[in-house]
Amino acid sequence: MNQEKIITVNNLTKEFGSFTAVNSISFDVYKGEIFGFLGANGAGKTTAMKMLIGISKPTSGEATVAGFDVKTQAEMVKKSIGYMSQKFSMYDDLTIKENITFFGGIYGLSRAQIKEKTAQLIQELNLQDVADKLVKSLPQGWKQKLSFSVALLHEPKIVFLDEPTGGVDPITRRQFWEMIYAEAHKGTTLFVTTHYMDEAEYCDRVSIMVEGKIEALDSPKNLKQKYNVDSMNDVFLKLARNIE
Amino acid sequence: MKLTLNMSITVQNISKSYNKIKAVETLSFAVNEGEIFGLIGPDGAGKTTLFRILTTLLFADEGTASVAGFDVVKEYKSIRNCVGYMPGKFSLYQDLSVEENLTFFATLFGTTIEENYDLIKDIYIQIEPFKTRRAGALSGGMKQKLALCCALIHKPKVLFLDEPTTGVDPVSRKEFWQMLKRLQQKGITILVSTPYMDEAALCDRIALIQKGKILKIDSPINIIEKYDKTIYDVRAKNTYQLLLDLKNHPSQYSVYAFGESIHYTDKETEFDSDTLKKYLEDKKHTEIEIQMTKPTIEDVFMDL
Amino acid sequence: MKRFIGFVTKEFYHIFRDKRTMFILFGMPMVQIMLFGFAITNEINNVNIAIFDQSKDNETQQIINKISASKYFKIVNQITHEAQIESIFRTGKVKAVLVFEKDFIQNLQNKKTAKVQVITDATDPNIANTITNYINAILQNYSQEINKNVKPVYQIQTQTQLYYNPELKSVFTFVPGVMTVILMLVSAMMTSISITREKEMGTMEVLLVSPIKPFQVVIGKVFPYIFLSIINAAIILLLGVFVFKMPIEGSLFLLALESILFIITALSLGILISTIAQSQQTAMMFSLAGLMLPVIILSGFIFPISSMPLPLQIISNIIPAKWFIIIIKAIMLKGATIHTIWKETLILIGMTILFIAISIKKYKIRLE
Repeated sequence: MNQEKIITVNNLTKEFGSFTAVNSISFDVYKGEIFGFLGANGAGKTTAMKMLIGISKPTSGEATVAGFDVKTQAEMVKKSIGYMSQKFSMYDDLTIKENITFFGGIYGLSRAQIKEKTAQLIQELNLQDVADKLVKSLPQGWKQKLSFSVALLHEPKIVFLDEPTGGVDPITRRQFWEMIYAEAHKGTTLFVTTHYMDEAEYCDRVSIMVEGKIEALDSPKNLKQKYNVDSMNDVFLKLARNIE
Repeated sequence: MKLTLNMSITVQNISKSYNKIKAVETLSFAVNEGEIFGLIGPDGAGKTTLFRILTTLLFADEGTASVAGFDVVKEYKSIRNCVGYMPGKFSLYQDLSVEENLTFFATLFGTTIEENYDLIKDIYIQIEPFKTRRAGALSGGMKQKLALCCALIHKPKVLFLDEPTTGVDPVSRKEFWQMLKRLQQKGITILVSTPYMDEAALCDRIALIQKGKILKIDSPINIIEKYDKTIYDVRAKNTYQLLLDLKNHPSQYSVYAFGESIHYTDKETEFDSDTLKKYLEDKKHTEIEIQMTKPTIEDVFMDL
Repeated sequence: MKRFIGFVTKEFYHIFRDKRTMFILFGMPMVQIMLFGFAITNEINNVNIAIFDQSKDNETQQIINKISASKYFKIVNQITHEAQIESIFRTGKVKAVLVFEKDFIQNLQNKKTAKVQVITDATDPNIANTITNYINAILQNYSQEINKNVKPVYQIQTQTQLYYNPELKSVFTFVPGVMTVILMLVSAMMTSISITREKEMGTMEVLLVSPIKPFQVVIGKVFPYIFLSIINAAIILLLGVFVFKMPIEGSLFLLALESILFIITALSLGILISTIAQSQQTAMMFSLAGLMLPVIILSGFIFPISSMPLPLQIISNIIPAKWFIIIIKAIMLKGATIHTIWKETLILIGMTILFIAISIKKYKIRLE
């Protein structure tokens, strides 16, 4: 694997009043890696991610994303990343083409680029027959693949995926992960935040956040070995128990 | 005490469509008294629709169903008196405290917390220290415990839990299932749905459901044992390339990513893993590991 | 019954814990009443006017004295030429010019009628209108005085006749209007939002799958708002009476009954909205667009119904607020009894029954 660092995080801290949501976390993410960012609800992973994508200012510490400082160059950070969340993916009441055009527009693509990308994307995903249909009418799995492709429209160096496959049927999930693998293969970095432990199994490396701190960071295989368990779910259980 | 009290659920040929889209299609199954029965399937499989039909909130287009011996259409009032229901998006009253929420649901069913404290004691004791806190300020796991308390406060005979563990951390999920086991021991029939395949193993019996149809009903162990294909767990340094190459293997039956490895099944009964290893070595893979592995519910689900 | 009390208690918790709800409930009425009462007023004070007296006799002098004695007008200029009228308006120094015709006193004594012309600067039509009305009122008053000892009566030509609000206090029309708007807002919007909130949160499903009957849910939801709306109505009336010196000529008891009737009308509308709307947002849209605007625009609160185009006049009949405004104005200003407002009352009762009937028909014991 490429050892070029694409995200560096150094003692990153975020406080809300007297409450420390993110407590001096440090880690690096390498180019082309699928990095799992795990934690229970309220562990601070959303806060940490918000700082990394430049929409929340850290209280202290540093972080760079694609070489840009998240504190001072937030706008450059935003230009070099893509974002996809399971909760919000596409506008249901726009057609597939309209969605692509819209997102291409907000990412600052030129009209010619949008046209080219749209055609390319529709062909890659085999959406020719439904390109002018409302997104609403698509099955969940297709929507997901489409919104992932849309997050990649502007060829970002890093894509942040927020719980990308929770609640999806196993086959669609596989197809989705294959897309993610393919993208990582091309050199894109994937930063996956999730509290679904089975999503973690697919990542190259995972960090587990508990109460604002990173309690473990390694490949799923090594973590399972270290804690002598069969699944990431059990790793998480052991970690949480140790802390209690 | 009536010994003939029927606490089971029966579903016969239930169908339901929304605007010509079939949400559930001729479903039939029966849940025995005191059983934990799991509906396992992805979002949009029809689980919630089925729950709503059984809790008398929706009419089925076709078919009949009964809960605790009462017909879901004709005797809906009796059902409403004796079931506990936790809907999927159920979020309690955020602006009411833990205790106020519970008191409210107790009075709603014409009972008090004290009267039925026995049943909820194990669960409530864990959230009691926070009883003056607003429900909105509870963590996911605590909210879920409170919701369960609220659904149990009137001593229901049958408990309907629609995706109770979605979005909850693994620790709370594990505790939740332990609570369900204890409730089962108290004789409550539980119908639970979940998108998590790993929770299937915790049910007595499960129905694998997708696109409104039941693919299989059996105990989790039987489902796995009856699976007749041998699954190989294949690993190599470059997972993505491995996936592509395995898909090109002439006798492959199925190839899919499974966590950090790849699950592979072959068409040939005489399959030899060394041949596969050789094939992969020719493709310049390194650190190749091929092992037979036990199928999981998820593997079975994918082959249906 | 215990269930019901439990339910109502819960509703009160919701209301008292939500700052926004509390503000809409109690802050809004105060703010609105004060706004309409003080800031957005059509009343005039110390308006500069000019006089063009072509007669210069005793009678005109007395009228001028009377006008300048009132606190509404200040005479800043005496004009001697007709041409000056326009130039003085252009400078913006005066808002109105009062023109007495030649031989005013002779005309009054011989022809029994004399003319005064009021020319107003109509760039602000509301003020212009008010000035005209005020001057008319003063002239009217004056002619009554001089006519005490004279037969047959002298007539100073005026056309407007002012009943019930001789000082033309705008607050007298605003208090009933604001009360109507607030009661509509609190009752209809808040109930529809609070019912749809349960749908949105998924708690409605749990309520349905429980022994509590759907109508108990609805009554339980509505009950706190009846109570709060009554308090609201009382606050507005108290403000009206004590701050703005508004009279209550008629029976207070009748006023209270009519207010409760209107509250129930509004609540039933709120329930009706909540049977249609699935989310708080839709309920809010329905209430604001569907109720608030017609209440403000078509009820006669701000724009007189008689000056609306005919189609709007017809539509205004289906606005419950229109009838309620008629009723309270009649009770408060004219001292009307049920004998004079029974028709309006019946219309409100009829509307309420209709809304409740539709709601019951549409209300579902299931989700579809």
